[in-house]
Amino acid sequence: MSLVEGIFLLLAVIALVSAVLVVTTRNMVHAALWLVLTLGSIAGIYLLLAAEFVAWVQILIYVGAVVVLLLFALMLTRAPTGPQADLSIARVIPAAVVALLLAGLLGTTVVAGFAGERINLDEAVVGSAATTGETIFEKWVLPFEVLSVLLLAALVGAIVLSRMRATGDPEGRG
Amino acid sequence: MPLWWPLLLASLLFAIGVYAVLVRRNAVLVLMGVELMLNAVNINLVAFDAHLRDQLHGGQTFALFVIVIAAAEIGLALAIVLLVFRSHGHIDVDRLRSLADRDLDPSTSSGHRKLDRPEVRR
Repeated sequence: MSLVEGIFLLLAVIALVSAVLVVTTRNMVHAALWLVLTLGSIAGIYLLLAAEFVAWVQILIYVGAVVVLLLFALMLTRAPTGPQADLSIARVIPAAVVALLLAGLLGTTVVAGFAGERINLDEAVVGSAATTGETIFEKWVLPFEVLSVLLLAALVGAIVLSRMRATGDPEGRG
Repeated sequence: MPLWWPLLLASLLFAIGVYAVLVRRNAVLVLMGVELMLNAVNINLVAFDAHLRDQLHGGQTFALFVIVIAAAEIGLALAIVLLVFRSHGHIDVDRLRSLADRDLDPSTSSGHRKLDRPEVRR
């Protein structure tokens, strides 16, 4: 086993364990902090898979912005910081069975389908900022522009929603 | 590195996200499950980009696009969550039944209107 494979296994175990803790912990702030660990180790996996720019974007946007937004939402909804017993529904067994069946189905499919193939990381082109920038602005310009319009629409929608009155006033006269 | 390692990791993370969406009652924790699922998909895209050595870098570019869409989604979803909190006083998705499909109460003609009204606690 090479060094890269060892680091990948380590990061994968960290990501899986902290993801399980995200969905099982009884403390909501701890869930957000375990999510940071999961997303950070996924960023490390991107680095190993020669996607350098995606890894930094992952850290900037997910760890930097999305988790902070989630923490803001937890605090604005006056979530208690201590442990809570009623964060999950009482019947977790059917949900766990569904998740395990899904994991088994997807896992056996990818393992059976791609068992013999290996990623040749030595010849992979590292997706640095220069490479990714050239790719996006030469070959993916139109999807990029459409995406910027989508982002603008989503932000306008978020502003309109947060200006809306709690009594259900559809005019949104804040 | 065997190709199925990142793919198996992505499958397991996706299943964990599905579990979170099914089990959690707090809307913010449900959103965390959605984020886990989106990240699992991104691992798949990046792994196949490295495996196929795509000239267009489609996998990495799509991973970036998915990250942007996830950021837009989380901003919009948290605005909705805060609005729900202001109108209902809680964000427990099990108790948010205003849009539930229920039988009309035959005793009162406008029975469902009363049930549908959100409880405003200020």
